[in-house]
Amino acid sequence: MRLDGERMVVGIKDVAKLIGISIISCCAVLVCSLFLNYYLDILQIENLLTSEQAVIFYHAQVSTAKVVCSVSGGCLLLTSVVMLFFYIKHYIDTHKKELGILKALGYSNLKIARNFWVFGTGVFLGATVGFLGAFLLMPEFYERQNEEGILPEIVISFHPSLPLYLVVLPTIAFAMLAVLYAFLKLRRPVLALLKNDFQSSAKIKKFREGRDCPFLEDLRKHTLRTKKTLVFFIMFASFCFSSMTQMSASMNELASEMMGVMMLLIGVILACTTLLLAITTVIKGNTKTIAMMRVFGYSQKECCRALLGGYRPMSYIGFALGTVYQYVLLRITVDIIFKDVEGMPAYEFDFPVMFLSLTFFLIVYEIVMYCYAEQIKKISVKEIMLE
Amino acid sequence: MIEVKDVTKSYGNKDNKLPVLKGITAKIADGDFVVILGASGSGKSTFLNVISGLEQPDSGSVTYDGRDITKLSDSALTSFRKDTVGFIFQQYYLLPNMTVEKNVRMGADLAGKSDYHEIIKAVGLEGKLKKYPSELSGGEQQRVSIARALAKKPNVLFLDEPTGALDEETGRQVLAYISALQKEHRFTMVMVTHNQNIARMANTVIQMNSGRIVQIDTNETPETAYEIGW
Repeated sequence: MRLDGERMVVGIKDVAKLIGISIISCCAVLVCSLFLNYYLDILQIENLLTSEQAVIFYHAQVSTAKVVCSVSGGCLLLTSVVMLFFYIKHYIDTHKKELGILKALGYSNLKIARNFWVFGTGVFLGATVGFLGAFLLMPEFYERQNEEGILPEIVISFHPSLPLYLVVLPTIAFAMLAVLYAFLKLRRPVLALLKNDFQSSAKIKKFREGRDCPFLEDLRKHTLRTKKTLVFFIMFASFCFSSMTQMSASMNELASEMMGVMMLLIGVILACTTLLLAITTVIKGNTKTIAMMRVFGYSQKECCRALLGGYRPMSYIGFALGTVYQYVLLRITVDIIFKDVEGMPAYEFDFPVMFLSLTFFLIVYEIVMYCYAEQIKKISVKEIMLE
Repeated sequence: MIEVKDVTKSYGNKDNKLPVLKGITAKIADGDFVVILGASGSGKSTFLNVISGLEQPDSGSVTYDGRDITKLSDSALTSFRKDTVGFIFQQYYLLPNMTVEKNVRMGADLAGKSDYHEIIKAVGLEGKLKKYPSELSGGEQQRVSIARALAKKPNVLFLDEPTGALDEETGRQVLAYISALQKEHRFTMVMVTHNQNIARMANTVIQMNSGRIVQIDTNETPETAYEIGW
């Protein structure tokens, strides 16, 4: 944030941190553009269908497009909104002092909140890249969707309503949402913003005291309870990794290799981005606690175990949910949507793929944890004393 | 015995170096109450950070009973801090989401001490065990940080302007608690302050100016927290 007298601006550097939202928007718009454009184009050929097989295949394709758009688009939209709120809350928490000064100088909540519209640019960038990317992939996608030539030739058309619904409107909606949420979050006393966490008398989250447990165990529980959004993101990361990687393997057989690769890439990128974002926030949000623990003589390992260890079981739960989700989704797709389509391969749960996916997930997760453990080592008491 | 020999420390880069400690040599005896006195920018806090192992000097040595802590690895230094030293800061740095009891356990668990309730009682906070830092006054918060530091029974306690954020009455009360506990447990105490009156409570006063020790005084008749001026 830059303060320059008459204007206060949330800078481009701050917006650059919205990479998570941009990536999720990109994935959501890419998938939705591909399937919606295909859906709108396939509608044009409905009158040209002659055989019963073509009609069945046509309806299956229409249903697939609808399901994929609502499930992927809906999930990713929800995640983007949660992530946007999380970013703004995090931004306000980490820039409390500057915002407090602005309020003390007489700037109204609305005047400050108006600057948060730039948070919508993350969505705009991601959505634009996703939309353009979809058009690049479209020729190959159309060909693979009708590989056996059951349907007549489907011509790629540009539908002007799609960029409006998938790029322009989401950008405006997210910008407005950002301003509204920032406005609501800024409605606190100036002094509460000016004081730092260690001095703040703001209402703190109290939890029912359980059995008398050691400090490190308590800290682990508190970290989990006070950062529920991060628990969601870590579970979401493992959920994405698990469902998308396993689904991509099945897609190779059920749909096409291209769909499989696309799903694999989206899953891995989404999972890694969300995981990195969540862990970075855990570390940044606990810098002072880590610094004090290090001063007192707690080892790097103990700090990691207390602050990051609690998220491990959550990531396993996310992985299990992702496995169940992809199984149910594919079961429904094969047994209900494509039940009348001839030559549809049988779908069975693939245990080797699940174990492979789990192994890769564990490797990625532990590498990320190791990198962050090294970061913890570098945190010194100077970081809090210099404030 | 802590021995500091020819310690230097600078901040900044090669082109713009700011020397903060310019060849410090001093000895601190076991059980001594030492005050490091100096104006703002004299290097007293950096000196405290270096002798406590929080920062590495550019040159020189800091030895505890013959063991040079400037040569220790990161993990050995962590063990040293765990076993040997305790800290009290001006801004308390209590964990805001944890009760008084849990904050004190942060220190006590390190030393495997289960008798931390005694130290909470000694600083007069036995009735506030379940309170959170935000529900306490500044003086009470500083007393929690004293209990937290002493719960791990350190051999040396370092204090950086412990009364800097407190009013006179609360400041005196906090100093009285610290002084009484030092006399009872006989640990070495090194306190940084810019308040010359507080220095009259110490056995030894190290005066610093512009990164150098300018004078070391021994006080035969230290005063109590309620006798000194403010």
